[in-house]
Amino acid sequence: MSGAPTHESRRPTDHGAAARTAHLVGETAARTARLARGALLRRLVLVLALTAWQLGARAHGSVYFPPPARIARHAYDLWFSGPVGHAFLTPAAVDTILPSLGRMAAGFVLAAVVGVGLGILVGRSPRAYALCDPVLQFARALPPPTLVPVFVVVFDFGTPMQLASIVFSAIWPVLINTAEGARDTDPLRLDVAAVLRLTAVERLWFLLLPSALPRIFAGLRLSLSLCLILMVFSELLPGTANGIGFALTDAQSRSDLLTVWAVLVLLGALGYLLNTGLLAIEKRLTGKRSHERRSKGSHKSSRTESRKGRST
Amino acid sequence: MLRLDSLSQHYGDQPVLHDLSLTVPDGQLLCVVGPSGCGKSTLLRTVAGLLPAREGTITIDDTPVTGVPDRLAVVFQDYGRSLLPWLTVRDNVALPLRRQGLRRAERRAEADRILDRVGLTGAARRHPGQLSGGMQQRVAIARALVCRPSLLLMDEPFGSLDAQTREDLEDLLLEVHRTDRTTIVFVTHDIDESVYVGDRVVVLTPGPGAKVALDLPVELPCPRDQIGTRGLPEFVALRTRVGRAVRTPGRAQV
Repeated sequence: MSGAPTHESRRPTDHGAAARTAHLVGETAARTARLARGALLRRLVLVLALTAWQLGARAHGSVYFPPPARIARHAYDLWFSGPVGHAFLTPAAVDTILPSLGRMAAGFVLAAVVGVGLGILVGRSPRAYALCDPVLQFARALPPPTLVPVFVVVFDFGTPMQLASIVFSAIWPVLINTAEGARDTDPLRLDVAAVLRLTAVERLWFLLLPSALPRIFAGLRLSLSLCLILMVFSELLPGTANGIGFALTDAQSRSDLLTVWAVLVLLGALGYLLNTGLLAIEKRLTGKRSHERRSKGSHKSSRTESRKGRST
Repeated sequence: MLRLDSLSQHYGDQPVLHDLSLTVPDGQLLCVVGPSGCGKSTLLRTVAGLLPAREGTITIDDTPVTGVPDRLAVVFQDYGRSLLPWLTVRDNVALPLRRQGLRRAERRAEADRILDRVGLTGAARRHPGQLSGGMQQRVAIARALVCRPSLLLMDEPFGSLDAQTREDLEDLLLEVHRTDRTTIVFVTHDIDESVYVGDRVVVLTPGPGAKVALDLPVELPCPRDQIGTRGLPEFVALRTRVGRAVRTPGRAQV
């Protein structure tokens, strides 16, 4: 993951320093080796799986199971061999990947904003929470793709139906997690906010959102993967003229198995990249309090504990 | 002047405070002592307007307390939870200044000034979690002082600190009180601390239904110092009386 630190800037100024530097260089080398070994180990399973896939597919020689190297080559030719000015994207990629990503991003942002907003409202009112909890649990229990036929009827074919499918599936994890995060706000901190007479907006911004943030991100990660699923699924239906899902059905109808595999690999890579991006944002937002530690004065926290006890 | 008039408070069906009357003149540092669970914190939360009084009234300068009063500040025991860990020390301290309509630069300057005063020069840009317990409680005290409160409530503020840090913060509190003459209600279960810090010590009876068991003026010379004051015969006599009242409240009525 992270590159090994270098100590090039250290210049020996005298004999002792030279010895220290030599020692440091030795240590650095050892650390580099350790890090490289760690990185290799983490990827070892992936590398082994790819190798096995490659060897197996080549040995078998079936047109239905092309080896990964051919799939990668095909994906490159299909989407990523475009001109520099288009960020190496081919016209096919512009037609396939960008509309899908656009719909997914719009759906995700909408689900996130509405989900966090409603989640805070529901979480901060015990009555609203009690009233909404059964509904939320029910809505969450529905397998999201099963809602798509309903949206096909309610909305127009194409983008409105696709957006609705994405939003209505992805909103629940954010909403439920945000509500629980907001509900678990430390009661002492709510007292502090009352004593400082923070306005409702200040309370939201300085207390409720930051303390619910870890839960919000747990919900967002779930939502993101749902967005990807629903994005593809809604594009599989008629009324779609572009997008990754359309490319998949199109290739399937032409029995172009190589493209089908390329789309699958593309989807996996997209999911991985998007999740990595979300994790990076989360780390940036919550990293500041990585030093947070439990305080010693614990015997006053009985109220929190009793609340926690009820919620679990 | 803070005035409690036959105040009663319940927690569910359980009486916590019963018919408690108390007057705290301006500028007094009153220590409230009592066995744990006797309702000291409930008393403080009621005065802070966080809990409505079940019976009786609380007035500050003849204005009844209905919500959180103006120019009131509270320091809680659990500094780790009372500070906001996602804000820097400076932003924590400057938070109460937002409602005064100060500009950002003014808020920061004011926060830095108070941080200097509590001995935290240079810690402004760190986060609370990076500081020791004593330093975190100093941040909480700075946040309480930044609005120049006329009434400061402290709920066992030094209860979870080690002895040396606690003594340092007791002296910081005395210095703040000597210069600002803020009215302070200081809740503690530490008998020595109450006599050392207080102008006056009030002992509550053990619950349920706590009331005043002992009301004692502390006439020790000021400024106080940790070694000298604690060695005075008057100090020992006072701590003995308070200690007896805490242990056997029935016989120590004054």
